[in-house]
Amino acid sequence: MLPTDRRYSKEHEWIRPESGEGVIGLTRFAVDELGDIVYVELPAVGSTVSQFASFGVVESVKAVSDLFAPASGEVVAVNEALRTSPELMNTDPHDAGWLCRIRLTAPAELDALLDAAAYGELTGVE
Amino acid sequence: MTGAADLRRTPLDGVHRALGARMVPFAGFDMPVRYTSELEEHRSVRSGVGVFDLSHMGEVALSGADALAFARYALVSDPGTLEPGQAQYSMACTPDGGIIDDLIVYRTDPGYLVVCNASNREVVVANLQALAAARDHDVRIDDRSDATALIAPQGPRSAELVGALTDLDLSALGTYRSIRGQVAGIECLVARTGYTGEDGFELFCDATDAVTLWAAVMAAGERYAIQPCGLASRDTLRLEAGMPLYGNELGLDVNPFEANLGRVVKLDKGDFVGRAALAAVEAAGPSRRLVGLVMTDEGIARHGYPVMDPDRQADPEPAGAVTSGSVSPTLGTRIAMAFVPAASAEVGRTWEVMIRDRRCRAEQVKLPFYRRPRPPQ
Repeated sequence: MLPTDRRYSKEHEWIRPESGEGVIGLTRFAVDELGDIVYVELPAVGSTVSQFASFGVVESVKAVSDLFAPASGEVVAVNEALRTSPELMNTDPHDAGWLCRIRLTAPAELDALLDAAAYGELTGVE
Repeated sequence: MTGAADLRRTPLDGVHRALGARMVPFAGFDMPVRYTSELEEHRSVRSGVGVFDLSHMGEVALSGADALAFARYALVSDPGTLEPGQAQYSMACTPDGGIIDDLIVYRTDPGYLVVCNASNREVVVANLQALAAARDHDVRIDDRSDATALIAPQGPRSAELVGALTDLDLSALGTYRSIRGQVAGIECLVARTGYTGEDGFELFCDATDAVTLWAAVMAAGERYAIQPCGLASRDTLRLEAGMPLYGNELGLDVNPFEANLGRVVKLDKGDFVGRAALAAVEAAGPSRRLVGLVMTDEGIARHGYPVMDPDRQADPEPAGAVTSGSVSPTLGTRIAMAFVPAASAEVGRTWEVMIRDRRCRAEQVKLPFYRRPRPPQ
């Protein structure tokens, strides 16, 4: 089941709104495509990210992939646990494997994203 | 564009799908890249046993009165030194010394069996045929790749596993040896070879027997927690073992001496394809060399990333390039192989790998990164 408390981008990031902020992560579909994740490069706290622009990099054993921000904002926290335990993205991509938290600068951008049903349809995942 | 429908499938395709493997296009085949976790698959081969479907690889039999003379001419090694049942790592090179493919040549009596990379099979076969025609050798070149399956149990427990399925005396089968016999009642060429840096076997059988043999290996491997292993773990295993991959470390623009494979080239065996060019490289020394790197800064070096020489800060040109890089699941480090100028190569020195416009330091280390604790027997 895809969590319904958040929105999804076609680039396979999710964002869970939380009182003017948004927690961002990579979907299980994307993580399963990538394989075992061994390294994550996250933006610095205080930096800004723009919707659909690259804000970091995730590396599996085999491949390097860009992370694309599902919304614009200022980074207020990153998941420090991923530095030593990037496998959290594999084991719990929708919760403990979160990437970063941003202060949304254009909350209306979220309307351009998919809901769980539409993202599920896109990826063939219920 | 190559669609999934155009991809070739190995005889074990249905087995992979039933196991839930993630399939990717590789060398024109739809191949399993992993079944569950490539890290777990990697560890199964280092600590127990894992099994690979390598049926995509090329098997080319050489027979006829001149088979040996032909093999000695077409390959850079000397198959003339092979005793019955022995095999050797070799390469086919162009007249200018570039590597057409790296391969293993088995003395199978009668004749020889050349096992080459799937991606190069057509080129290797065409090259052999052209050479045979030009040399007027009495040699028959039989591409048996489509009719042959290859199942490879690899890992410290692989001898126990294969031993439980055969009456063959595996204790008498040393590394780079092969023997014909039955495994699980199926006629096989049983070779003690592999591409993992671990003890292991490669079981060549008729394609029609592949599903039965795979099932027997999986069943016998249950007690060792055998894992089916995909291309992803195969790549990290061979990288840890410092083994080259054609297309990464090896290619038409690479000669064996640059890739630390000069020992394979037998310049004194008489004439062979590439001899003059390779003799010149040996005399002058290669201008670049393949080295091992362990990252000391953050980041993972990947194929194609530039390598900078920190002793030449003023020089904006890369000194070399990474050929392969990933994590080392066994060592817990981030490792890579790279070509650097031979004159500057030195174990213990620092290089800088450009990772997304950042200079990340790496220490040059001796290859291989990983050597198995002790050889079999």
